[in-house]
Amino acid sequence: MDEIIAKIKAWVAEVQDFFYLCVHTLHATFTRPRFPNEVFLQMDTIGVGSINIVVLTGLFTGMVLALQTALSLETFGAKNYVGRVVSLSMVRELGPVLTALMVAGRMGSGIAAELGSMVVTDQVNAMRAMGSDPIRKLVVPRMLAGLLMMPALTIFSDTIGLIGGWLVSVVILNLPGDLYFTSSIDALSLSDIVSGLIKPFVFGYIIAMVGCYMGLSTTGGTQGVGRSTTQSVVICSVLVLASDFLLTRLFFTFLIK
Amino acid sequence: MSEQPIFPPTKIRKTPEDVMIELRNVNLTIGDQRILQDIDMIVNRNFSMAILGNSGAGKSTILKLILGLMKPDSGEVFVDGEEISSYTEDEMLIVRQKLGMVFQESALFDSLTVQENVGYVLYERSGLSESEIRERVLELLTLVEIEEMIDKMPGELSGGQRRRVAIARAMAASPEIILYDEPTAGLDPVTSNTIIKQMMKLRDLRGVTSILVTHKLEDAFRMAYNVVERDHEGIKMVKDTTGRRLEETRFFMIREGEKVFEGNANEFRASHNENVQEFLSMSMI
Repeated sequence: MDEIIAKIKAWVAEVQDFFYLCVHTLHATFTRPRFPNEVFLQMDTIGVGSINIVVLTGLFTGMVLALQTALSLETFGAKNYVGRVVSLSMVRELGPVLTALMVAGRMGSGIAAELGSMVVTDQVNAMRAMGSDPIRKLVVPRMLAGLLMMPALTIFSDTIGLIGGWLVSVVILNLPGDLYFTSSIDALSLSDIVSGLIKPFVFGYIIAMVGCYMGLSTTGGTQGVGRSTTQSVVICSVLVLASDFLLTRLFFTFLIK
Repeated sequence: MSEQPIFPPTKIRKTPEDVMIELRNVNLTIGDQRILQDIDMIVNRNFSMAILGNSGAGKSTILKLILGLMKPDSGEVFVDGEEISSYTEDEMLIVRQKLGMVFQESALFDSLTVQENVGYVLYERSGLSESEIRERVLELLTLVEIEEMIDKMPGELSGGQRRRVAIARAMAASPEIILYDEPTAGLDPVTSNTIIKQMMKLRDLRGVTSILVTHKLEDAFRMAYNVVERDHEGIKMVKDTTGRRLEETRFFMIREGEKVFEGNANEFRASHNENVQEFLSMSMI
């Protein structure tokens, strides 16, 4: 029993530390000194560096969506609605979530591993010893990069997904190409697009902050770096899915009537 | 309503002018492990302090306390007259500008070149142009005799070269105090000797106060009995015949968080303390 209580206490302490880091980061974002070069560098590694996997994920998701839905729609004689289904699923759900999961694997682990090894080799302490604040120098740029690049990557993924669906519709399902596009564009309302673009902001923030927290709280040498990296991916993925549910519930209540 | 003081009480508490670092009655426990117990230590301006002890005795922790990277559970830590144990991280960032630190295993930034590593504080704060920084970095690297490595990445350097870069980096902001955490650990005797020589150069030619944490007794003895001089042939290390370095190099030995010895090198050798004796006999083999 004591063990369970001790575990719960440790867990609560970690959550508290995490929020502490979030608050500090927020404060550091709006006060000087700032490091714009670091932000651009991180936007490049996190954003531009993730384009490949995001394009591939989007393409194959769109293609498989078209294939799967065509099969069920055909039984109702509604094959022409393929574009509609692909665009709605891509923009509302699959685009943001699958992009976030892929980026969580890439950037969540990358951030945790990089910051973790900086911690265990005393580089973070060296930074503090030379009078600069690791939160400003390391966390804020990554957080901003995650926040800004996730929506961009999601738009990319959505678009490529639509094109993938179109490819399958035209080449395999023999649907007229223009019909696919008109039906897919018609299906989207402004609220779909808005909800599909708010989600990636939240996901990007979560992934960057969890990655930074796991990295900065690394202990126990190189083994610890491995542990933080794995945990970071697991926690990011779970939080992305959980917050997706909450956000969807929220949007259905307030945005999409 | 009680009367408010116009000025908030100042955190600066004076210690005598010649005291650079002082620890008063410092205790630290992490988890249920006692790291430091009732440590009192004074380091005078321009003196050197060699903190000796086995691995895990709490030596490096003392440096982290001085830098404010860790806080003591109780007791006071003074850096150049300021009591820092209650300082916030932002206040510490200013105090740390007086201090240079050479970390164990160097702690160079892997993603930056040697120039960017050594010039880190200059890029951050000095407002110097790129070419002025390069000139200053080159000057620092020349002091530690590795100026040809300026454009290399830390991964391309040998262990000894990394330590030298770390020393140059610690010097960049011209601090009055440099803290060395095991600067010769894992190095061969010849390279160790050159690293100690770099440290003595800073002490003897620039008047830097040094705190050296080490488990190698020969490093501390070398600092106590030798002096670096500059003559027409260059810079060289010679025996100090005046005895001044002997008096100005203090030995401070801790064991399991407690002080077991404090004094100069000769007193250390003559000490009858069993821990000192054991340490001496193990080091002389």
